[in-house]
Amino acid sequence: MNIIVCIKQVPDTTEIKIDPVKNTLIREGVPSIMNPDDKGGLELALRMKDKYGANVTVITMGPPQADLILREAFAMGVDRAILLSDRKFAGADTLATSYALAGAIKTLDYDVIIAGRQAIDGDTAQVGPEMAEHLGLPQVSYVIDAEREKNGNFIVKKENEDSVQTLEVEGKCVLTVLASAFEARYMTVAGIVDAYDKEVEVWGADKLDVDENKLGLKGSPTKVWQSFPKQLKAPGEVFEVSEEEAVEIIVKKLKEKHLI
Amino acid sequence: MDFSYSKTEELFLQMIRSFAENEVKPLAAEVDEQERFPMETVKKMAKLGLMGIPVPRQYGGAGGTVQMYIMAVEELSRVCATTGVILSAHTSLCMAPILENGTEEQKMKYLPKLASGEWIGAFGLTEPNAGTDAAMQQTMAVDAGDKYILNGSKIFITNAAYADVFIVMAMTDKSKGTKGISAFIVEKGFKGFSIGKKELKMGIRGSATCELIFENCEVPKENLLGQLGKGFTIAMKTLDGGRIGIASQALGIAQGAMDETVKYTKERKQFGKSIAQFQNTQFQMADLKTKVEAARLLVRSAAWKKDKGLPYSADAAMAKLFAAETAMEVTTKAVQFHGGYGYTREYPVERMMRDAKITEIYEGTSEVQRMVIAGHLFK
Repeated sequence: MNIIVCIKQVPDTTEIKIDPVKNTLIREGVPSIMNPDDKGGLELALRMKDKYGANVTVITMGPPQADLILREAFAMGVDRAILLSDRKFAGADTLATSYALAGAIKTLDYDVIIAGRQAIDGDTAQVGPEMAEHLGLPQVSYVIDAEREKNGNFIVKKENEDSVQTLEVEGKCVLTVLASAFEARYMTVAGIVDAYDKEVEVWGADKLDVDENKLGLKGSPTKVWQSFPKQLKAPGEVFEVSEEEAVEIIVKKLKEKHLI
Repeated sequence: MDFSYSKTEELFLQMIRSFAENEVKPLAAEVDEQERFPMETVKKMAKLGLMGIPVPRQYGGAGGTVQMYIMAVEELSRVCATTGVILSAHTSLCMAPILENGTEEQKMKYLPKLASGEWIGAFGLTEPNAGTDAAMQQTMAVDAGDKYILNGSKIFITNAAYADVFIVMAMTDKSKGTKGISAFIVEKGFKGFSIGKKELKMGIRGSATCELIFENCEVPKENLLGQLGKGFTIAMKTLDGGRIGIASQALGIAQGAMDETVKYTKERKQFGKSIAQFQNTQFQMADLKTKVEAARLLVRSAAWKKDKGLPYSADAAMAKLFAAETAMEVTTKAVQFHGGYGYTREYPVERMMRDAKITEIYEGTSEVQRMVIAGHLFK
């Protein structure tokens, strides 16, 4: 089996701060990490590799520094790593990103494509599903479990807000995965020692099966107009009252806001 | 000169920090409180290849460097000094002497199981009457044809109760003094070998420190490590390497206490502001931070020399001396910064201060380190 995992390098948003004057993210000194849901996807792929035997290829689109997460993927146990890096990809929104990734994947041999549900920097959850559309493949999002049947189909569990669906997917498909369902393994020491001896394949736009007009800024219908931090909600009101009075106050407040 | 971490080391640091934070730190207080050997952690470390970091691939190791190994000891000790010393004794005191002095057969027999973590290693030199004066060995090894018969005892042996393989020094010819000491590889199941009482210690309370007892213990001839009569040299060289490990452990404890103190002094408010805002706190912490960084450079420099195959005996002694005394100073002051809370087990600095003390004592006291350093200086 050949598995492709799409991963992204993101700033560790748990450590990110916002410039109070410019209202922009302060990226200096913020570590870059493998996006958590993508790492969950990689873990699912490696578990399939352990269970069924598979070749796992990771692919990312980004600047040369994104090499780091591919080395991490090597140290976790992947077999092949591809970095899509070209100025022509710059400024891509989710559509142009998913188009470039799909263009790369078209040139590869695969049985399943796994991606994280969403990246912690953009939170769109669009790239995986869009990629499936570009490739004309069935997709399951919010995946918390996946098993491969002997006939090549996948039995997939998908988490909804209040339920879990079990689906059977025929043949090749795209799965987008929740990090919470797949606690990622650590890199091994030997994997780390070997990680920089392996080759990361760097692909430019010319290697992809794409129309270059649909890449990067040119291929991006979405433009970010403004970014700003969310205003903090006002602090709540505190009433020091008896239980009965508390119930009355809560009911009154809810009625005021037309919630009940 | 390049003081930065290599790309491989950066990646390793990312892994070991996350492992220490998620797998080791949550157990540290419990392991100390219950004086419990954290076997579950050792098994997890084994799975990742941490029990054989600097051992070459052909002997089942990860093929890493001494530098990576000491980074692991530091990061583990930063959250749990017990876990740090388990790895240090296993790697520096058991696998290293086999790797450096063993025959090909011995290496093939012992290293793969040790490096994979299936077996745990230990080292026995200290005796009731042979501490700093290690030459006064009373454990005897008598040649009995195809085997040696060992009689005597060893004390304060790290990992002892859980170890499978021990490097043991014993006197093969008392008339020759230190040149009559030989080294042996002793397995847990050898006839006549048993583990004695477990010490109740001030710190590193999860590491099983016990007595080794040899009562007509039969050690096969092929388990002599190195040449007959070279045991004292092997022990001293082993301890040179071990000191880099203990220096890293001390460094980790110091760093851990720094981390806790920075966090606490920023949160704790007295006289209307955080105590981190007082210049007394800032100046003292600045001095401590400087010492911790100086210790780190000494430790990394000693490890770098060992990786390069350069002489490192004095460097290891300086690293251990300085890192251990820094650990003691940082942890003592960390408790002071925490005030009454620091004296309680609610905060980890209480444990760290107890853990730090041993680094000034084992694998050569600070006084021994000064002797070693002066010995190189005035030779």
